[in-house]
Amino acid sequence: MNVSTILIILLIGAFATYFSGDKLASKVALLFSLVALGCSIVLLNNYSTGENISVINSWITQPKISFALNADGLGLAMVLLTAALTPIIIFSSFGNEYKNAKAFYGLILFMSFAMTGTFLASDGLLYYIFWELALIPIYFIALIWGNGDAEERRKAVVKFFIYTLAGSLFMLTAFIYLYQKAGSFLIEDLYKLDLSACEQLWIFLAFFLAYAIKIPIIPFHTWQANVYQKAPTVGTMLLSGIMLKMGLYSVIRWQLPIAPLAAKEYMDIFIVLGIAGVIYGSIVALRQKDLKKLLAYSSLAHVGLIAAGSYTLTLDGLRGAVMQMIAHGFVVVGLFFAAEVIFRRFETREIEAMGGIRTQSPKFTSMFLILVLASVALPSTFNFVGEFTVLYSLSQVNIWFAILGGTTIILGAYYMLRMFQHVMLGETNSKTFADVTLNEGISFAVIIAVLLFFGFYPKPITDLITPSLETILQVINKN
Amino acid sequence: MGNILNQIGIENYIFLSVVLFCIGIFGVLYRRNAIIVFMSIEIMLNAVNLLFVAFSTYHQDAQGQVFVFFSMAVAAAEVAVGLAILVSIFRNIGSISIDNLKNLKG
Amino acid sequence: MDTNLALILVLTPLLGFLVNVFFGKSLGKTVSGAIGTVAVAISFVVSLLLFNQITSTGKGIEVTLFDWIQISNLKINLGFLLDQLSVLWLLFVTGIGSLIHLYSISYMHDDENMHKFFAYLNLFVFFMITLVIGSNLLVLFIGWEGVGLCSYLLIGFWHKNQDYNDAAKKAFIMNRIGDLGLLIGMFIIGTMFSTLDYATLKTVIAGATNLNLPLLSLAALCLFIGACGKSAQIPLYTWLPDAMAGPTPVSALIHAATMVTAGIFMVTRLNFVFDLATDVQTVIAVIGAITSLVAATIGLVQNDIKKVLAYSTVSQLGLMFLALGFGAYEVAVFHVITHAFFKACLFLGSGSVIHGLHGEQDMRNMGGLRKAMPITFWTMLISSLAISGVPFFSGFFSKDEILLTAFHHSIPLYVVGSVASIMTAFYMFRLMFLTFFKEFRGTEEQKHHLHESGALITIPLIILAILATFGGLISLPGNSWLNEYLAPLFAKATEGEHHLGTTEYTLMGVAVLGGLLGILIAYIKYFKQDNVPEADENITGLSKVLYNKYYVDEVYDAVFVAPVNSLSKFFRDYIETGLSALVFGLGKIANEIAFQGKKLQTGSIGLYLFVFVLGLCAIVSYIFLAQ
Repeated sequence: MNVSTILIILLIGAFATYFSGDKLASKVALLFSLVALGCSIVLLNNYSTGENISVINSWITQPKISFALNADGLGLAMVLLTAALTPIIIFSSFGNEYKNAKAFYGLILFMSFAMTGTFLASDGLLYYIFWELALIPIYFIALIWGNGDAEERRKAVVKFFIYTLAGSLFMLTAFIYLYQKAGSFLIEDLYKLDLSACEQLWIFLAFFLAYAIKIPIIPFHTWQANVYQKAPTVGTMLLSGIMLKMGLYSVIRWQLPIAPLAAKEYMDIFIVLGIAGVIYGSIVALRQKDLKKLLAYSSLAHVGLIAAGSYTLTLDGLRGAVMQMIAHGFVVVGLFFAAEVIFRRFETREIEAMGGIRTQSPKFTSMFLILVLASVALPSTFNFVGEFTVLYSLSQVNIWFAILGGTTIILGAYYMLRMFQHVMLGETNSKTFADVTLNEGISFAVIIAVLLFFGFYPKPITDLITPSLETILQVINKN
Repeated sequence: MGNILNQIGIENYIFLSVVLFCIGIFGVLYRRNAIIVFMSIEIMLNAVNLLFVAFSTYHQDAQGQVFVFFSMAVAAAEVAVGLAILVSIFRNIGSISIDNLKNLKG
Repeated sequence: MDTNLALILVLTPLLGFLVNVFFGKSLGKTVSGAIGTVAVAISFVVSLLLFNQITSTGKGIEVTLFDWIQISNLKINLGFLLDQLSVLWLLFVTGIGSLIHLYSISYMHDDENMHKFFAYLNLFVFFMITLVIGSNLLVLFIGWEGVGLCSYLLIGFWHKNQDYNDAAKKAFIMNRIGDLGLLIGMFIIGTMFSTLDYATLKTVIAGATNLNLPLLSLAALCLFIGACGKSAQIPLYTWLPDAMAGPTPVSALIHAATMVTAGIFMVTRLNFVFDLATDVQTVIAVIGAITSLVAATIGLVQNDIKKVLAYSTVSQLGLMFLALGFGAYEVAVFHVITHAFFKACLFLGSGSVIHGLHGEQDMRNMGGLRKAMPITFWTMLISSLAISGVPFFSGFFSKDEILLTAFHHSIPLYVVGSVASIMTAFYMFRLMFLTFFKEFRGTEEQKHHLHESGALITIPLIILAILATFGGLISLPGNSWLNEYLAPLFAKATEGEHHLGTTEYTLMGVAVLGGLLGILIAYIKYFKQDNVPEADENITGLSKVLYNKYYVDEVYDAVFVAPVNSLSKFFRDYIETGLSALVFGLGKIANEIAFQGKKLQTGSIGLYLFVFVLGLCAIVSYIFLAQ
């Protein structure tokens, strides 16, 4: 059994879902995503016993492209994140009715397939194909099943599509250039390349454009808030929970080791960009009227910190970044789901129109509050472990980075608690808020359990990712 | 069999070919009737074919003649399609003057 | 065995929390209250056992559970350190905690969400215990932020009122400003010594040669900022008075006796760091003194009974920091303990009054409650005497030691502290006279319902009053049990008991006279002359400034909150739109080029052919000419 199994399961799942008809689609999708999760856990087990689960097959001889999937700790961690979030996301949509559900759920699984592929691919072109493939389903999901005015939505989604595609083309150019040099797209060959500082800078920038748009790092974030707002919540969860992490993961996997000189030379600039994102995102989030937009900007702030951590080029920074990616993936999915739960009852996303939910549904309030607190990185949640490690690594580079990045714990608390106050507290709302259903409760409980468990015991994840991060660091520091 | 080029020099073929080609070009540029434009293009094509054949003999290499056969075959196909298009245009707008064909305006 | 004991100690309140969260509603009010109380009481018993063990062996107990966070150069355990300091703190946290839980059963009985109240209180005790017994700074930080969370939940307990929610939010955010300082301090210490563990840190620092003292001072300063947030010192003190929005038992437990002393705990815990940072110690002393004075002046004119106590708490915390600044950690700890007794008693007493008056908190509408509520009156009187420093009550000994220490180090700070103490005596007795003496000034209906509170309320009051009376015995001048008990903690030998000479007795006399003077002024003003504070709109001049707390909230609003909010608006409305327009602009440029370019396509085939030929000629001539 090797890692291609999980891709096959997801791809078959996508088609099976499509052909199973509208009624069964959601259940079939859930089933396949759970099988994929089980498969990834088995793989994790095999990996930890030392079995080789990577795949490498020749695909196209001229140019030399291989179907190469490499599963190391880092890749597996991201695959697990995807595999764990996909069923949660699918399950969270069970309260909604979708037109043409078979296509909808099929696309979700297909997207999961493409993202898993991105995390596993160790051949540049294969990686690029998966990377772009992941864009297609989310385009349709956001366009067809999104909300709000159709024309506005089309504008936002098309902007997102073209923007990210345009950024990725630079990455493709970089890959083609690298292929000219190395004669192969395989990541090991690219790591071995001995590029001049100038070449590295261009490669680095080309990669940066692709990733900065995807992550997004300011000032490339303008697509984000609108798409998050317009997309259906499932799409928003896929985007913010997993797809953003593709960019961050790629920074660690591709950008830094391939162009280490440039990374070291211009480290400060990129850290500053990340931290600027933290502060800017937090401040903009303060005055958002739309709940999903607020969460979008909070996401911008968090990924800014993760990016800053990655660019420190220290083990702590990378490790903290990966942990924070996982933690943020879970928490942001939970928060968007909370927004959806409110929307199901109130039919609105305007923060001003909410309030007073706490008296009506204490259960929902508790779960939402835990997610809010995880989002502001309260110790004993997994987010704290990640954020602490990232901030610590920033303090190693420059104490001011840690102080400025650390404002996230103040500003984050400010906008999140303010949002919580206006959404949940106050006089009882005139509209009735039915208590959370069992299905909704299960989704929340799973997310919260994960966050709390790893908050106290992050060792499994640390042990999983550390060896591969050390390998990457060796490549970065080879000269 | 003596080489015909010994009797009539290669330069004559080239001159003829150039003259034919220029006739074709002028025909294409000045005439407005699509059929005549079409014929002019054929003349240009044949000018080139002539050159091919001449040089083929000059170099004692049959490849040039093979090319001519190719291009004649393609030209035949092209004429068939082109004339069909012209007929169809004439049926639709009742004229084959290229001044009236402005559908490509951006 | 020790591990089990420690786990029971920590986990019982957590269990209480979980039970109350999940089953509290169905269990009914009394049962859920009882569960909450018993959970804390068990922890108290365990604390007593531990205390017994520590006093007999004299050694601390270390418990390591598992590795928590791994960072390349430091490894952080989830572990506990039960030594003299933490067990001492445990004793009064769980002890007073149990009493306040007991009190709350009666006090909160009318609230529909009583089980939640107990859940939160239990959670608070859980986090407070974690804070106290953590074996390294990061475990302390779990508790540190956790108690902040519980404080947030409990201040906003009556969540229908958005003002209360604002107060809760403010408390959380101001604490987080301090927390950032604490984090940065941890980063510096972690970088310098590769450990955050107290025991290791102590050995490393003791053995270190050529330390980077400026950096260490910076770390100490950052840590102190953290302490400022939690212990409500200038400039981060404004949340504490607002925190009185919470139910009164919360004010007693969290905002007087336990949580706000966390800053003092942390500084005492890291005494070996602060001892090396003498500049920072000076800062601490000065800030402590200023805080105590500023808060005391504001307390002079407040009319809300809980606000008076809140400012008094800030002021007393300032005195503790004054002592910390002089390196007199055991003195500060002593005052923490006595303060916990009498301030908890005062808050609970005020709660009893508020309970009796059905929510009335304005002292202008009280008066004459002495007869109706005798137990409340006597216990509060004892505590007021204690806080005012009247001889032989607990506060007398601890406050006197602080002033004595201050006198030995810095006369100006001693004066500031003394003035604050005199003011304390004045406003406390202003409170007493306005509340309990003369005629009742409330409505007829309230008067009709006046009654002494039930036994569950009065018993904790009585116990606390007894402790407030005799608490001073643990550290009598010249023969201090506390100093000996705490001695193993401190890196350098403490200054020992002050030799009781003429100076000391004179100072003691001055302090006592000062306290009595304050009481006397209050007596003349509010008993003899029968003054009642003016209605809000009639307050003028200096009193108005004081009454409005020096307008500090307004200044903070204008300087910090408003700019951030308008910046947010600016970013949202201009920068965001601008950036968005920029991206769309790129698309528009492509569009425009296409639009211009399409004009070339005239559609005239003749022209196309002409250009085609021209191009052909151009290419051909280029090929020939280029050769």
